[in-house]
Amino acid sequence: MEHLNYKHTARARATGEKKQALVGVVASGNLEVLVERVLPGNECEIEIRTAAEGFGEVWKEVVADFVGRRSPGGLKFSINDGGARPDTVALRLAQAARALEGDGT
Amino acid sequence: MSAASAATRIDDALAQSWYEASARQRVDALLDRGSFVEFIGPERRETSPHLPLFDLPEQFDDGMIVGRGRIDGASILIAAQEGRFMGGAFGEVHGAKLTGLLRAARELRTPVVIAFDTGGVRLQEANAGEMAIAEIMRALLEARLAAVNVIGLVGGRAGCYGGGGLIAACCSALAVSEQGRISVSGPEVIETNRGVEEFDSKDRALVWRTMGGKHRRLIGGAEIFVDDTVASFRAAAIALLAGAVTLTRATLLAEQARLEARLDAFGDCADALDIWRRLGIADAASVPAMSYGEFDALGARIVEVIHDAR
Repeated sequence: MEHLNYKHTARARATGEKKQALVGVVASGNLEVLVERVLPGNECEIEIRTAAEGFGEVWKEVVADFVGRRSPGGLKFSINDGGARPDTVALRLAQAARALEGDGT
Repeated sequence: MSAASAATRIDDALAQSWYEASARQRVDALLDRGSFVEFIGPERRETSPHLPLFDLPEQFDDGMIVGRGRIDGASILIAAQEGRFMGGAFGEVHGAKLTGLLRAARELRTPVVIAFDTGGVRLQEANAGEMAIAEIMRALLEARLAAVNVIGLVGGRAGCYGGGGLIAACCSALAVSEQGRISVSGPEVIETNRGVEEFDSKDRALVWRTMGGKHRRLIGGAEIFVDDTVASFRAAAIALLAGAVTLTRATLLAEQARLEARLDAFGDCADALDIWRRLGIADAASVPAMSYGEFDALGARIVEVIHDAR
């Protein structure tokens, strides 16, 4: 099991009021993302636990791309990974950020 | 979002397949909108203490979601298994969450709905998982003895196998869809132990007609046969929660008598098709292909399914 941790400073604080959201499931080729609005200012942290070791560079790029696109300031993402591909990871991160914004109803 | 588009989205959500839905989507769809309050949620990170020993990934809720909410206005406790994480299997934490919920149900005199989706006990924590099954069965029966209804819903990917099948059998009532399978030993376990001549696990038609929802309904193993939508499961849960709550010595004697009579009637049958013919279904071979509506009408005519022993 590999533990990875990335810290970024986002352009802006994430919008919405929800405190936390969970998307995905820990299954082969899939992952779960727990996102919590717990960090001050524009800080953003992504913590990853993955069974697929040796892909730190790919995670780093996917995470940096996500932070650049979504500006998830104030959010902590905790990931349990079941060997998801980078596109699935990007999708789940975006889904988690969207879930935290709330559905507006 | 406008009220009209919000209403459309809720309709879409209720038409969603139960089989395809995640455990969290099932909980949301079963309960009145916005009423769910989770106990020991994923933010608590109460994960399995055993999986890291095997270098296996954990899930923040350990594949079991428990909490309270309202269904059609009535307060209930609810549990749902995530069948895609470790096959929905029972481990120490996964099981303890359901045990605690059932003990709370007895204290609070609040009915319980369990959305099963499990292959049984998690092999990596087998001893803890087996103990959890025993504790859950005890807590479930103690809740029922205190006149608390415990309803099981079966229609997920993993079916309801192993210890999950035992727990389901302890419930006050069950609703099952065609995709739901209820048994103790699964197809591959039977084949491994008794040989392919006894049970060919690759014969999907055989698996479905032996363990699937239609067969369980026809032999009285489930009270309601439902279509594979979250709306159907919600309606079935509401109907079963309204049912009579009884667990007494007389109930158990009636159940024993029912099972003995079933064995006498069908004990020599080699296949579910033989049982269905003996139940009076002339064209038994047509049962697996029947639509929900056709089968529901057939099920209503079969005497075997009408009982309230349990």
